[in-house]
Amino acid sequence: MSGAKQQLQAAWAICGKDLRAEFRTRYALSAIGLFALTTLTVVSFAVGPLFLEADLLSALLWVILFFAAMAGLSRTFVHEEEARTAPALRLAAPPVAVYLGKGLFNLVLLLLLEALIVPLFIAMMGLRVGNPGLFLLVLLLGDAGLAGVTTIVAAMVAQASARGALFTVLSFPLLLPLLIQCIEGARAALAGQSTATAAASLGVLVAYAVATGTASVMLFPAIWTEM
Amino acid sequence: MVWKRWADVGKWVLGGWMVAVLLGAFLLDARRLGTLGQGARIIFFHIPTAWVTVLALAVSSVYSIRYLVWRGQADDRHAVHSAGLGILFCLLATVTGSIFARITWGAFWNWDPRETTIFVLLLFYAAYFALRAAVSDEETRAALSAAYNVLGLVVVPFLVFVAPRLPGLAGLHPEPIVNVRGELDMDPWALLVFLAALAGFTGIYLWTFHLANRIGLAEQRLNVLEERDGRPVDR
Repeated sequence: MSGAKQQLQAAWAICGKDLRAEFRTRYALSAIGLFALTTLTVVSFAVGPLFLEADLLSALLWVILFFAAMAGLSRTFVHEEEARTAPALRLAAPPVAVYLGKGLFNLVLLLLLEALIVPLFIAMMGLRVGNPGLFLLVLLLGDAGLAGVTTIVAAMVAQASARGALFTVLSFPLLLPLLIQCIEGARAALAGQSTATAAASLGVLVAYAVATGTASVMLFPAIWTEM
Repeated sequence: MVWKRWADVGKWVLGGWMVAVLLGAFLLDARRLGTLGQGARIIFFHIPTAWVTVLALAVSSVYSIRYLVWRGQADDRHAVHSAGLGILFCLLATVTGSIFARITWGAFWNWDPRETTIFVLLLFYAAYFALRAAVSDEETRAALSAAYNVLGLVVVPFLVFVAPRLPGLAGLHPEPIVNVRGELDMDPWALLVFLAALAGFTGIYLWTFHLANRIGLAEQRLNVLEERDGRPVDR
């Protein structure tokens, strides 16, 4: 068993490898980016002329982000299986490093997605964000939970058939508490509530990310070893 | 075998017990049921099914953890059988609850916190079986579904905590029967029938779980025989 430092180095290397591969093909990023853009356009056409409350807008934003994430985040592991590089990855790095590296890659993808979609959403819906700091904090914490759960589910789905449909089916029940809390947090931020009043929501987001992340790190070796 | 004789006796005791519960649930004087009257009789079936759902899913998670630690085939089978019973009772609890909601709250579905929780449990275990159906290799299937089950065990408590905060929704469910102050809010005879139903439904779960496990073991032994002889066994 290698030390913690080597694990982190291996995780960093895996994330770097995936990022390089991604910037050459831009497969996952264009999949989730265009998916989100399409959904955003539909939403904007449909409800843009109406004056909507913050509750509804925060829900719409997270629905767009959630389904865009579902469109592309399973790619990291599915591609390894399709290209038959998974066995090599199993030999090259310890399981925990694989999980952390892939999770980090998914987190970067989500951040890039949001850097594109959130400003567009705000502009197209004519939104005023009451508390921008809280809004960003909710997005970041939501991403952490989303990346942690989707990464381990992607590793499961990659070993199954009917991957695309299965990824959403498996992720949704696990992500629902996170989604509810993110919508709630975003609503508070849009309405301009102070960060202190939303502390309970933020606490749940942190706890969710830590609990699911820890469980995933512990469970990952069981599903990643070659059987 | 002594154990087998006890199981036989237990089966008949359970049958008699459930007959008594049914008689009690339907013959109890309606005035003892509180303000809801006849409609309240459903609690003798609704709450026990919800309780068995939770019990069956907890048992399933325990067997999944055991599988991940020791990799015993039996643990995988037990986890699946308990999850299967859990999803059955979950459906029963959802349907009875929905009927009850129509009578008391006026609509079949309201997204009350507990309705939300049971609905997500239903989705979760449907996903669990979808995952199992999509993996052909036996050991991979067992490992993946066990890991998914444990992941669900980590997430469900969040749901119980988060669901009550859904915007604009206060809980519609009444306080638990034994409320925070430790007082009993139920007629003693109704309570007796209710507790008997709770015990009876738990017994039904344990009995069907035991049966499913015996069938699973027999299937597995037949498979071993078929593999040894190289030809199908007459079932």
